[in-house]
Amino acid sequence: MIPLNFALAHSLPELVLVIGALALILAGAIRGRASDALITEIAVGVLGLAILILLSGKGTASIFDGAFIDDGFGRFMKVLSYTGSLVALLMAQDFLSREKIDKFEFPVLVLLSTLGMSMLISATGLIALYLGLELMSLSLYVVAAFHRDDARSSEAGLKYFVLGSLSSGMLLYGASLLYGFAGTVSFSGIAASVTGAPSLGVVFGLVFLMAGLAFKISAVPFHMWVPDVYEGAPTPVTAFFASAPKIAAFAITVRVVITAFPGIAAQWQQIVIFISILSMALGSFAAIGQHNIKRLMAYSSIGHVGFALVGLAADNEAGVAGVLFYMGVYLVMLLGTFAAILSMRVGGRAVENIRDLAGLARTDGTMAFFLAMLMFSLAGIPPLAGFFAKFYVFYAAVEAHLYWLAVIGFVTSVIAAFYYLQIVKIIYFDEPAVRFDRPAPVLRAVLAVSGLLVLFLFAYPGPFVTAAAAAAKSLF
Amino acid sequence: MFGFGILTCVVFLPLVGAAFISALRGEDEATWTNARWAALVTTIIDFLLSLYVYAKLDPSSSAFQFVEEKHWFGGGLVYKMGVDGMSMPFIVLTTFLMPICVVASWKITTRVKEYMIAFLVLETLMTGVFCALDLVLFYLFFEGGLIPMFLIIGIWGGPRRIYASFKFFLYTALGSLLMLVAIMAMYSFAGTTDISILLKTAFPASMQKWLWLAFFASFAVKIPMWPFHTWLPDAHVEAPTAGSVILAGVLLKMGGYGFLRFSLPMFPDASANFAPLIYALSVIAIVYTSLVALVQEDMKKLVAYSSVAHMGFVTIGLFSLTQQGVQGAIFQMISHGLVSAALFLCVGVVYDRMHTREIAAYGGLVHRMPLYAVAFMIFTLANIGLPGTSGFIGEFLTLIGAFRVNSLVVAFAATGSILSAAYALYLYRRIIFGVLEKPILKSILDLSPREIAVLAPLFLLTIYYGVHPGPILDGTATSVAQLIHANGQMRTAALVAPVKLEGGRE
Repeated sequence: MIPLNFALAHSLPELVLVIGALALILAGAIRGRASDALITEIAVGVLGLAILILLSGKGTASIFDGAFIDDGFGRFMKVLSYTGSLVALLMAQDFLSREKIDKFEFPVLVLLSTLGMSMLISATGLIALYLGLELMSLSLYVVAAFHRDDARSSEAGLKYFVLGSLSSGMLLYGASLLYGFAGTVSFSGIAASVTGAPSLGVVFGLVFLMAGLAFKISAVPFHMWVPDVYEGAPTPVTAFFASAPKIAAFAITVRVVITAFPGIAAQWQQIVIFISILSMALGSFAAIGQHNIKRLMAYSSIGHVGFALVGLAADNEAGVAGVLFYMGVYLVMLLGTFAAILSMRVGGRAVENIRDLAGLARTDGTMAFFLAMLMFSLAGIPPLAGFFAKFYVFYAAVEAHLYWLAVIGFVTSVIAAFYYLQIVKIIYFDEPAVRFDRPAPVLRAVLAVSGLLVLFLFAYPGPFVTAAAAAAKSLF
Repeated sequence: MFGFGILTCVVFLPLVGAAFISALRGEDEATWTNARWAALVTTIIDFLLSLYVYAKLDPSSSAFQFVEEKHWFGGGLVYKMGVDGMSMPFIVLTTFLMPICVVASWKITTRVKEYMIAFLVLETLMTGVFCALDLVLFYLFFEGGLIPMFLIIGIWGGPRRIYASFKFFLYTALGSLLMLVAIMAMYSFAGTTDISILLKTAFPASMQKWLWLAFFASFAVKIPMWPFHTWLPDAHVEAPTAGSVILAGVLLKMGGYGFLRFSLPMFPDASANFAPLIYALSVIAIVYTSLVALVQEDMKKLVAYSSVAHMGFVTIGLFSLTQQGVQGAIFQMISHGLVSAALFLCVGVVYDRMHTREIAAYGGLVHRMPLYAVAFMIFTLANIGLPGTSGFIGEFLTLIGAFRVNSLVVAFAATGSILSAAYALYLYRRIIFGVLEKPILKSILDLSPREIAVLAPLFLLTIYYGVHPGPILDGTATSVAQLIHANGQMRTAALVAPVKLEGGRE
């Protein structure tokens, strides 16, 4: 029996989040103010502390009787998703107070949801997986509807809840089938029992499990909620949705298929390739007609999930390293882009139409430049970071001889480049229409930092690539 | 020197200039002047630096020189730069054209800072293409050039600039991405993207076929070959003058350089098998686009189509794989870089005055602009390939080289050069000669000192290389001989033991 304090030592980041969330909810209730910036600031501090603890962690340890694991892969993904939560919180404060919905519950819900992600990423069993997933999702349903007087936000929350419950149901159904046929809920146990020609029950279980996970990573054909929820939810919440939970869900998808089903790789590879191609295609084509930038980013994120899945489809270490690298770069690009979207305010009101960006290069050159670089990076044009992210996942696919998958990926990425270029065109080629209000300093900072990161990653990529490769190794 | 070599210096110096310009503050005339001068000084220093490298390069060796290597992404990806006799002329051509572009753009008055920054960034990416000795690094420069060029066409271009910039970007990106898949396959096969190692790697013939086609997709669009050339007239017509100069002068050459550096030496079997395809497309390009040029109403479009035709000679020469053919192709590219750049500048001269490129709007300019008429005459003749101009040497050598391989191709291509005389002289007659009857042209002014300064260097070099092609031909001879030799060896090697290097990975 491993002593409990050993387990606690390896779940320190999660403990920090739990204690932080509980303390903050008490503090918020006791202070009793309708709006409380201090709570957000402390929540940011809590997340920062948790990230520092994660960065100092090393080694691999299985804890709580094999329900969770503390490994390099998990820590890498946790750092990314915590960072997503942290930056989303930072960017949210200004927006929420302007919209007069800056209640103290928001940071607490984000913390709880991040805790759920953390459990999800570390899960090494189906029960732990479900626990983490539900804790994450329940908090997300609430924050989606956080602007409760706004019809769009309430609708987004309700839609997300109903569809999310459906997907949880599918996932549970798959998990119970797997338990029934494999006789165990632990991933390593499933891996040991599922080899050779799998029984029909296992394949069914796998398909339902994948369906549930595909919903969370917003891959086609389980993407229907994404555009509506992204558009309806308050913008900082959308930034949060598109970053942290997606990374966590992606992490567990990778962990499940790699550690629980290595014996039937051919089966899950089919599924991954299928949803990858569909996601890339839909993300590329559907975004072309969008005028609302949040909706456009929703389709863009669907497309990017498709690209990242290419790395997973390769089913090799290079592919997983590629996925990790992709998630890191995607997080940076996404947060930067949302910092720019949050800066789109005219006369105190948030605007969301891409036309409002017209002539931004003349009215705010710095923001225009960074946003344009982010768009080129999202399109995957070298020398920007987005190119290297694509390079690594597609390289893994080529390595696995999935040439046609790589070719399809590149063709769709050229199609996707069209709408990213469209935004650059609006920013640089069109005549100025409106002048935005002066954005909050924190938005500027996030935009500038992410813009510089995507611009200069090529100059000093070493540490990041090494970290992703090391993290991927811990999974094999 | 400072921990990095001279090539890094040549490649990244323009970025320093760009950073300096972006730090300039204010929107007034003074900042613009500073931006112009900063860009000019940067490009001239860069030109001098590249000349220094050129002078120091040992032309008797076919090895890569001034090689620098640094850890980059890890795995097989390295930051490796180096030049040989084949790449050096292109670097000097690029750095030579840049100051000319800056001076030619002196009168640009919208968003001058951004304009100069875009050109300087473009210079870094273009010189990088010719210096890179790592495939991924090459691709980075090759594809990265799309961003500044997209902005240059889109912001400072003509009325249909948006259409042209999108077409340019998406067309070239699609071709390049197919090449990227091939690069990945090569990386996967050889375990490295170091070009000097890949040059010695024998790819199995079955693999070569696909790799060659993927590279072809990229370079055929870039150079451009018929029928992948349709982006070029649009991009040329809409781009600002200096943009067209760079497009015609340097960007098109990247396609030729790509064939030379990758397709020919790395996929020798596929190159031999696909040579008939190249010949066919080239001959069609030469004859067809010359005919198309003949009926153009727009001056820039005419020059653009003539570029496609001239690039046809380049591809014929390259794939003839003879010493004369390949050297002629390189010479033709350099010469075309000078001549077409000059022709676009000539178009720019009258466009700046009259704001139309319509051929019918001109006529009888010789009466008001004698200097211009002389300059235009020389460049027109060089475009035709008249002996005594640089255009002749390239065309002649490519045709000699090709004649040893396929005389039918040469027969058609030679017809093309007659057509080129037809459209070029026809253009010249309609613009320069005739009666000066349009009232608006009565007050047109001859070349200004700035325009003379822009055209004079090109004028001199066109004549100089026409009578004394030695410097370029001697410089490239060893590398080309090595290329042809290695190509022959690799072909037999691949035939004898196609799977010998199967275990080459890791």
